Amino acid sequence: MTITPSTAPATDAPRPAVEPIIRVDDISISFPGVKALDRVSFRMFPGEVHSLMGENGAGKSTLIKALTGVYSIDSGSMTLGGAPLVISGPAQAQAAGISTVYQEVNLLPNLSVAENIMLGREPRRAGAIDWRAMRARAAQLLARLNLDIDPASLLSAHSLAVQQLVAIARATDVDAKVLILDEPTSSLDADEVSELFRVIRGLKDDGVAILFVSHFLDQVYEISDRLTVLRNGALVGEYLTREILRIELVHKMIGKELATLDSLESKTRQAAVEGDVVEVPYLEAVGLGRKGSVEPTDLAIREGEVVGLAGLLGSGRTEIARLITGADRADSGEVLVRGAKRRLRTPRVALRDRIAYSSEDRKREGIVEDLSVRDNIVLALQADRGWFRRISRKRQDELANSYISALGIRPANPDALVRNLSGGNQQKVLLARWLAVAPRLLVLDEPTRGIDVGAKAEIQKLVSNLADEGMAVVFISAELEEVLRLSHRIAVMRDRRKVADLPNEDVTVGQIMGLIASGAEA
Amino acid sequence: MSTPNLGTLRDLPKARLFWPIVTLVALLLLNFAVSPGFFAIRFQNGHLFGSLVDILRNGAPTLLVALGMTVVIATRGIDLSVGAVVAISGALACTIIADSPTPDSLGTVLAAVAVALVFSLVLGAWNGLLVAVFGIQPIIATLILMTAGRGIAMLITEGNIITISSAPYKVIGAGYWFGLPASIVIAGVMFAVAALLTRKTALGLLIESVGINPVASRLAGVRSRGIVWVVYVFSGLCAAIAGLMISSNVTAADANSAGLYIEMDAILAVVIGGTSLAGGRYSLTGTLIGAFVIQTLTTTVYTVGIAPSITLVFKALVVIAVCLLQSPALQARLRSRRASTKGVLA
Repeated sequence: MTITPSTAPATDAPRPAVEPIIRVDDISISFPGVKALDRVSFRMFPGEVHSLMGENGAGKSTLIKALTGVYSIDSGSMTLGGAPLVISGPAQAQAAGISTVYQEVNLLPNLSVAENIMLGREPRRAGAIDWRAMRARAAQLLARLNLDIDPASLLSAHSLAVQQLVAIARATDVDAKVLILDEPTSSLDADEVSELFRVIRGLKDDGVAILFVSHFLDQVYEISDRLTVLRNGALVGEYLTREILRIELVHKMIGKELATLDSLESKTRQAAVEGDVVEVPYLEAVGLGRKGSVEPTDLAIREGEVVGLAGLLGSGRTEIARLITGADRADSGEVLVRGAKRRLRTPRVALRDRIAYSSEDRKREGIVEDLSVRDNIVLALQADRGWFRRISRKRQDELANSYISALGIRPANPDALVRNLSGGNQQKVLLARWLAVAPRLLVLDEPTRGIDVGAKAEIQKLVSNLADEGMAVVFISAELEEVLRLSHRIAVMRDRRKVADLPNEDVTVGQIMGLIASGAEA
Repeated sequence: MSTPNLGTLRDLPKARLFWPIVTLVALLLLNFAVSPGFFAIRFQNGHLFGSLVDILRNGAPTLLVALGMTVVIATRGIDLSVGAVVAISGALACTIIADSPTPDSLGTVLAAVAVALVFSLVLGAWNGLLVAVFGIQPIIATLILMTAGRGIAMLITEGNIITISSAPYKVIGAGYWFGLPASIVIAGVMFAVAALLTRKTALGLLIESVGINPVASRLAGVRSRGIVWVVYVFSGLCAAIAGLMISSNVTAADANSAGLYIEMDAILAVVIGGTSLAGGRYSLTGTLIGAFVIQTLTTTVYTVGIAPSITLVFKALVVIAVCLLQSPALQARLRSRRASTKGVLA
C-alpha cells in the first residue's frame, strides 16, 4: 500500500485565516466483514467546492452518509463550525446546516416546484398551508439561484437539469452551510452542466461549502478548488485541484496493490501467445452500442483468453459488458458468436449461447438472498433446463458440495441462507452459479470488489485457471494491477468509448492510467 | 442460530408454523370447552359426520382459493379477482345445466364443469397477461377483473339467481366420495397437485427466486414472465373449482354474492400461514393451516354464540394476534426484553 499519511501534503496551507466549516478526524466505520472507512480525516472550508474522489468501494458514500447522519461513526470525531457534530439522522443533519442532493433526483414530479422546495417545511397559517407565503419563499430561493421558472408549475414539466436545480433550491432553503452534491451531473448534458456550475459558483460566493462528487474528471477540474482522494476506505490525501495533474489523480484513485500472486503473471501471459489470432473469436461485438450508455464499440474475445476491461466508473466498461451478455439490449451494431450472428435480447438467450454475466451489483443483481446456498448455485442451471426437468436433490447436493469445496465457500453448509454469508463467500456462490452452467464466455464485473484479500486471491487464481482450460473471460475491475495481472488483452474505456485495445505485453499500470486519463493532458 | 432440527422445545416457538398451529389448536379447544361434543365424529350410512368434518368441508373453497393466492403472492403479486372468478364459474356451470334438457345426466354436468374450468384458465391468463406482459401492478390488474368479473357473471345469469336440480352436480359441493365429503377430497387432491408441482418440478424454486429478487433471477436466465403467467392461471383454476363447489352446495348460482369477499379470507389464510405479502418464501402447508384457522373462526362464532354484530371484530382480533405473534419486529423486541431481564451479554 502506498497510502500517504493522513496529514495533507504540505504543498501549501490555503486560506490559513479561515477555519474549516467541517472537520472530520480519524473516523472509522465498519460493517460486518468490511471496514468501510478506516481512520479517515477530511475537512472543508466555507466558500469552496471540494471534490471527493475515489472508485467504487473507496468509501465516498460512506463518508457522505457519516456526514449526513445516516451512519454512525465507530470512532473519531466530527465538528461543524468548531462545535462537535452529533447527529443521528438526515433531518438533524439538515437542521444543523448540512444538506444533500442525491444522485437520483428525489423529488415528486407530480407536485409543483414550490411544493417540492417547501415539502415538509410548508409555511402555515392557522394550521393550514399558507400557499401565498410558500410560493413567495420558493420564488425567493429560485431567484437566488438565478433560476427563472414559475414556482406554481409542475416539476415534471421541467428538464432533469432544472429539476436538479430545484433540488438544490430545496437543499439551500434551510440555510445550508454545507451542500453535498452526489453525482449531480450524471444525467445532464453539457449545457445543463454549465447551468448547474453557474449555480454552484453563486452558492460558493455566498460562502457555502460544496462537496461535489462526480466521476467525470473534466467537471471535477472545472469546478472544484480542492479534492480529497479515498481508496479502499482509507484516505489517500487532500490536494489543490490546480496543483495535481490528472494522471497523478487517476494514479492516486486507482492505486497500487502488491499482491502475492507472482506465479500467475508469467503463466497467463504465456497462454496468450499460444491462443493465436487464427481462430474465430468466441464472441465478437461489431459496433455494438446503446444510446446514453455506450458508443458503438468493437470487442472480440477468444476462447482461453482473459480480456481485461479498464476504465473509470461510468466509462462504459460495465455498459459494454451488459450488452454482450443480454443484460441490456443494444440499439446498434451486432454480436457474432463463433462467427454466427446472434441477437442477445435477454440474459436467457445469452446463457443459451453459454455466455454468463456476473453483475457488479452483487446484492441487487446477483444473490437471491433468502434462498439457500444450494438453491443459489443451481438457479441458473435449473432455469436453463426449464421447469419440468428438475435437477434431482441428489444432483443438487453433489453440485453444491463440489463447488463449496472447490471454491472454499464458508460456511460449508448448502442449507445456509446466502444473506448470512460474507461478501466474499456470496461472490463465490455466484461464481459457482455461473460455473455450473459451464459457460464458454464468462463476464465478471468487479468480482473482487469489497471482499477480503484472501477471497480475492482465490478468485483471481480461479479466473486464470478457467482461461487455461479454454474458457473466454472478460474481467472488469477498478484495480488496474488486477486487470494487468490476469488479462491477456486489455481494452481501455473512456467516456463511453473504447480508446485502446492492446495485448498485455510490457504494458504498465502507468500506460493504462495515461489512456484512462488522457484528453486531459493532451 | 436456527437449526434445521426442531429438537428442543425451546426452539419450537421459532418454527415457522408454530403460532398458526397454536392458534388453530386453541380455537378448537375453545369450541370443545363450549360444546363437549365438538370432536365427536360419527360414521353413519357410510358417511363421516361431525363438527370437524364440517370445518374441513366448509373450509374447502377458501383453502382452494388460498392455494392459488399463495403462489401468486410468492411472486410479489396478489389476485383480487378470485371472488369474481368464483361467481363466473358457478354461473357458467349452472346456466349450462339449467339450459340443458338433461340436467341429471353425468355428461351434461361434466361438460358444464369443463366449460367453467376452461373459461377460468382464460381469465387467469388475462390477469397473467396484464401483470407479466404489460407490467401492470398486480393489485390494479386483478382489480379490473374483480369488478368486471361480477358483471360477466351477471351477463351469464342474465341477472337472475339460477337454481338447478342436478344430482351429479350436487355431489361436488354436498356429496360424498369414499365416505368423505367430496369437497374435502377435491381440495385435498388440489393441495397434493400443488405440492407435487412445486416440489417435484423446479417451479417452487423458480417462483421463490422470482419473488425474492426478480432482477437477479432475470440475469440467471429465469423466465419470470412465464412463471408469473402460470401462477395467475393456477389461481384462476383454483377459484373456479371453489366456485363450482359453492354453487353446487347451494344448488344455485348467485352472481352477486357467490364468493363475495373470499379474496380477503384467502389473503388472510396465506398471511396467517406465514407467507409474506412481500413475496418470496412461501408455505403451502402454512396456507392449509391458515385456511382452517379462518374457517374454525367462523365456526367458533356460531358455537360460542358470539353476537353477529361483533363477529367481524372478533375475527379481526384473532387475525391481528396471529400476525403480531409472527412479526419479526415484535419477536425481536420480546427476545431482547427476555435477554435483558436475564442479564445475558450479547
